[in-house]
Amino acid sequence: MVAALTRIFGFHNLALAEDVVQEAFCRATEVWAFRGVPENPSAWLMATAKNCALDLLRRERTARTYAPELGHLLESEWTLAPMIEEAFAPNAIRDDPLRMMFSCCHPQLAEEAHVALILHILCGFSVDEIANALVSSHAAIAKRITRGKKTLAKSKKLFDVTAPADFSSRLPSVHTALYLLFNEGYHGANPEFAVRSDLCREAMRLTAVLLEHPLCAIPQTSALAALMCLHAARLPARIDASGNLSSLFDQDRSAWDQQLIAEGISFLDRSAKGSQLSEYHLEAAIASVHASARGIEDTDWAQIVSLYDSLMTIRQSPIVALNRAIAVAQRDSPERGIEEIQAIADRDRLSSYPFYWAALGEFELRSQRYESAQEHFRSALALARNDAERSFFNRRLKASQTTMHS
Amino acid sequence: MSEFTYLFRGRQTSSSPDQRQKHLEKWVAWFKDLNGKGVIKNPGHPLEDTGKVVNGSQKTVKDGPFAEAKDVVAGFIVVEAKDLADAVELSKGCPILEVGGSVEVRPVQIMNL
Repeated sequence: MVAALTRIFGFHNLALAEDVVQEAFCRATEVWAFRGVPENPSAWLMATAKNCALDLLRRERTARTYAPELGHLLESEWTLAPMIEEAFAPNAIRDDPLRMMFSCCHPQLAEEAHVALILHILCGFSVDEIANALVSSHAAIAKRITRGKKTLAKSKKLFDVTAPADFSSRLPSVHTALYLLFNEGYHGANPEFAVRSDLCREAMRLTAVLLEHPLCAIPQTSALAALMCLHAARLPARIDASGNLSSLFDQDRSAWDQQLIAEGISFLDRSAKGSQLSEYHLEAAIASVHASARGIEDTDWAQIVSLYDSLMTIRQSPIVALNRAIAVAQRDSPERGIEEIQAIADRDRLSSYPFYWAALGEFELRSQRYESAQEHFRSALALARNDAERSFFNRRLKASQTTMHS
Repeated sequence: MSEFTYLFRGRQTSSSPDQRQKHLEKWVAWFKDLNGKGVIKNPGHPLEDTGKVVNGSQKTVKDGPFAEAKDVVAGFIVVEAKDLADAVELSKGCPILEVGGSVEVRPVQIMNL
């Protein structure tokens, strides 16, 4: 709805669009508390948002300028209501997320800003959630969003989905944003929930929107869809029966969603076209190796290490390097894992990432250096971002204590 | 470029809701066309058929306007055009002409002090 309203109000009035949606929700809660929830709540909300928008546009007819391409059409009763009706028409609404995603990926903004804006405008992420997802600070993200909105406000109109010229240049940023959105759901830094499957679903929904558009349905998009399906398949096992976070090493693989795995594999097949090997291809391939293994021992760790090697040449990040080190430890020995971690170039950037300490703890534990393991798990514990993580690190800490005493 | 006001006269009588809807869509399409050409100076408004008429130094107030249906002012807009001929040409797309109405094209008078 914010996307639909932004198309009417213009990007410079984004806050106004957000206000209208907010007001529609407020009216809904008031009326529904009194009369009960209507049969079709989303249609009711949509109708209310339309009325709120009409009220506002009538009240401030000429006080503001709205979407420039709409010119005078919103100022006059000749056309005001029909224009609102048109903006909320089903086929217009369907294209809105796509249009909004691409609009956010403004070439004058850094890729980080695209991501932050998509998460903020399309997914309703709070500044804190975005800061967590992008491993950044509240202040930095707040600044990024404010600046981003200012830049978007200067742009004449929303991205035109019928103009293919800009698609290819903006598509990678859209991919990155969806990838990060999915990750936020999967490795959630949310203080309450370690896994937010709603965010994963949202990312998958937006990726499906991309796949429906002929210009966006390139191999990279299929690879992205593949990696999301293959990871999402593991979601049911990520939290065990007692509500604890379960690592890939302990997961009940029978709980993996076989249908999603099949879908993921078929997307991966479809992505094997063209000459460009993307990070999504590689991550999806890694996930498919896990998905096809019956257990940790059956896993082809050598293949996973080599996929991570390729990934490092495309996207050199300390997190990828950490995951690669974990795979090396599986292939060779925990000592080799520690060596690999120590060799990570910008290792200091990982020091606030709890799973960095947990990985070190794990390797030390397996190398029977219990005290050092405990120390690492304590560091991880201090950085835990939610209860599930806390209890997970606590269990690992206890494991290293009991193993030492037995 | 000069400014011209279009006064739309006449109103559609005895038509089905479906016909009215179709007619309304024609208006929107025409406005979009004018907007696309960048000629709208002030989009004006459609007007209700009734109101009051205030008259003379006595300021008598009567219900109005009581004009024949074909003469009732249905609304106005202000456009920008090269000259009167150009403004007249632009007005020919107005849907009111299809239902027996008229467009009065009047140059905006420039009042010099």
